[in-house]
Amino acid sequence: MTETFRMDKAQARLLDETGQGVIGTPMDRPDGPQKVSGRARYAADGTPEGTAHGVLVRATITKGKVAAIHADSISDLPGVIGVVSGPEFIRNPAQGMANAAPVQPGTRVDYHGQPIALVVGESFEAARDGALRLKVDFEAEAGADVDPDTASEVETGDPSAVGDWDSAFDGAAFKVDREFTTAAQVAAAMEPHAAIAEWQGDKLLLRSSLQMLRFNKNEIADSLGIPAENVQILAPFVGGGFGSKLGIGPDAVAAAQAARELGRPVRVVMPRQAVFDSILRRTETTQRVRFAADADGKLRAVGHDDRVSNLWEEGFAEPTSSCSQFLYGADALRFQQSLARNHRTPTGSVRAPGEAVGMLTFEAALDELAEQLDIDPVELRLKNLPDTHPMTGQAFSSRGLAECLRRGAEEFGWSARGKPGARREGDWFIGVGMASAGRPNMLIQASARVRLEAGGATVETDMTDIGTGTYAIFAQIAGEMLGLSADRVTVRLGDTDLPGASGSGGSFGASSSGSAVFLAARKIRAKLAEAMGCDADELTLQDGIARGGNREMAISDLVQSEIVEEAQIEAGKTAESHFSAGYGAHFVEVAVHAWTGEVRVRRMLGIMDIGRVLNEKTARSQAVGGMVWGLGAALTEEISHDPRTGHIVTRDLANYHVASHADVPAQMEVSFLDNRDDEANPMQSRGVGELGISGAGAAVFNAIHNACGVRLYDFPATPDKVIAGLEALGL
Amino acid sequence: MKTDLTVNGEARQVEHESRTTLLDALRDHLDLTGTKKGCDHGQCGACTVLVNGRRVNSCLSLAAMHDGDEITTIEGLGEPGALNTLQEAFVNKDGYQCGYCTPGQIMSATAMLEEARDGAPSHVSETLTGSVPLTDAEIAERMSGNLCRCSAYPFIREAIAMSAEKKS
Repeated sequence: MTETFRMDKAQARLLDETGQGVIGTPMDRPDGPQKVSGRARYAADGTPEGTAHGVLVRATITKGKVAAIHADSISDLPGVIGVVSGPEFIRNPAQGMANAAPVQPGTRVDYHGQPIALVVGESFEAARDGALRLKVDFEAEAGADVDPDTASEVETGDPSAVGDWDSAFDGAAFKVDREFTTAAQVAAAMEPHAAIAEWQGDKLLLRSSLQMLRFNKNEIADSLGIPAENVQILAPFVGGGFGSKLGIGPDAVAAAQAARELGRPVRVVMPRQAVFDSILRRTETTQRVRFAADADGKLRAVGHDDRVSNLWEEGFAEPTSSCSQFLYGADALRFQQSLARNHRTPTGSVRAPGEAVGMLTFEAALDELAEQLDIDPVELRLKNLPDTHPMTGQAFSSRGLAECLRRGAEEFGWSARGKPGARREGDWFIGVGMASAGRPNMLIQASARVRLEAGGATVETDMTDIGTGTYAIFAQIAGEMLGLSADRVTVRLGDTDLPGASGSGGSFGASSSGSAVFLAARKIRAKLAEAMGCDADELTLQDGIARGGNREMAISDLVQSEIVEEAQIEAGKTAESHFSAGYGAHFVEVAVHAWTGEVRVRRMLGIMDIGRVLNEKTARSQAVGGMVWGLGAALTEEISHDPRTGHIVTRDLANYHVASHADVPAQMEVSFLDNRDDEANPMQSRGVGELGISGAGAAVFNAIHNACGVRLYDFPATPDKVIAGLEALGL
Repeated sequence: MKTDLTVNGEARQVEHESRTTLLDALRDHLDLTGTKKGCDHGQCGACTVLVNGRRVNSCLSLAAMHDGDEITTIEGLGEPGALNTLQEAFVNKDGYQCGYCTPGQIMSATAMLEEARDGAPSHVSETLTGSVPLTDAEIAERMSGNLCRCSAYPFIREAIAMSAEKKS
């Protein structure tokens, strides 16, 4: 059993002492050549001999039960093998880190689009035809709640608060009290959810598009009623996840059950519409944001209440005010959440759960306060940075927000900002906006193994690379620690037979699983020091040469056959004593068309503090990706539900508009502070994948106001809303 | 039914159902899985291949319509160790993240560069006749049929521009 390293105190900054010089560099991804040549194999790419194809059949009622599935209605269709259903089928994907089966509703139907059966055919075409034609009898129950605004069951939590909120708010001279709404959104990863299940005796081999294999293995085993040790999951390449592949999905469970019944491999790929209907989405929200301040801009009261929704028996509630609770200090703060139950597609984690919608409204309301106070929005934020966590009193670990704000303002040319409506180019109003960014940083239990042989090193863990750059970063960590160029490190990922990692989620993957790689390599360094007869502190490893104790040797000569070390890390005392988070500042320039209400983003700048940067190139890509998601949330992304059935209406990529090339300007700039977070983990790094979204959409909204004077409170800012705003101003 | 194709320069015969798309024929019959299925509705561009040199959403085209056609897929451009200029530029500029839309982006860009060289105008072109300077706005407009949810757009366009520069 590998001993677990607990992060109980700050560790020496070893990666600043090592001499290989590969950590942090903008190294190209080693998996890149496979990706650009079509050789990278994703879940549904390539099928084992004898594979049958399954297509999910889904409920066409909102609430009730499946009374009968008439398999005989399609038994004559050429190529149809049969219909599979049963108690193993899951209602919706498991929530992130559930580690157990999600709800298995039997014949009960809880939302329109719920998977209820699988039609299996010799070909995809036959199975699809069968799934469309299968006769199913439903018993529908009338009167299902499908609108969170009028839901009959609402769970309201106790407020979390510090200070005397009422008197702080009531007594202040300047106030903002606004209600906002944000639209439901989806992850829309480019690779649809897919699985190929193959049984070898009582052992299941599952290829599936998943983010967190250590948990997914237990989730599918529990769903199927088999021991977890009988499951192996492979996911070497994942075509995007953004939270939607945190937990095991209906595709995987249906494929496994069908393969078990039929005694042959089964592939299930969810059509894009099924991904919209049956995969966890982001909740719509109603939010009330309140600020109160003195004339000098000192915040007296901060309040952020929100109402979100989910289906019954789902434990997830979007943590909308997560960032609002630690960004700024005030005499009193108050946060309260309500959760409306309804029969819509259930909600779960979509990239930056909480910040992605909470920071839209929080930072937009703060912009309004700045205007009321006639204080520069950057200055207002700088004035209110707290010394300790306003709610918990914890010390902050390194916190570069002030520097992000100052540097961003300088690099963007913020001082040239004019009054709302002051700048016009032809039919376009031009304006700028800004917002802060924040995202709590976590350390999640993770294991990894590193092998050092004469020819190089191998990293082994079940961690995934969902586009985040894991293959590159782990090669850099092991290379830096072992004095090897990154091309001499092989990284093996995405296989549950390897040590269990944190998985990719919550922006904790690179730092948590990377720290396990770091620690395993640190153990190898200790072995090498021993072989050199020197202290580990004296040892330097660079370009395959070990130096220490006045000796110099080739690392390959120190390694008899191979040195293998495994390490496990988990959070410890620093997670209690210190609050760790990523920070940033967004600056945006937009153009608003005076007649059509169209909003074009002309440039975005993000200054980010993510502690130590592990790979400057992949980190930048992550941050820019997040900022584009912010742009989408501000301008176009909106799930609409049929008011009668709760069914998603905008259920494909033509009706749900994710940002395209034409929406995104060339000028998307990001730079990182050269910082270290000593309390976060032994590498002093923090997550980056979600930080870029946080606040980015608010900066777009604030820029719209600066451009034309219109303040909107309903996201996204589609042209109809902008035009109405312009008309209300008489423009 | 049987369809004769020339795929990446090689004569191939595919036996398929009449309703099989070109995309599924490539992926499931010829095991050329580099071409991806993202939406199966012509909305995302992940399935882009070249048919007789022109870019096509292979999910919207039936295999049976392509008897005698020349198909180029991502596998036909270059392989690890021998990538073409455009593929190398994508690696260099980090013009991807998860990599799933990447084959479609690269196939689309391959044809798009030819279209621009031939003077075909786009929605943002200053003129409908004459040569088209390949500005970022031109590339963005011409590549907007290829979605990238990781949102590597600026870097995809840098890679395309870099490759176009190298070739000219």
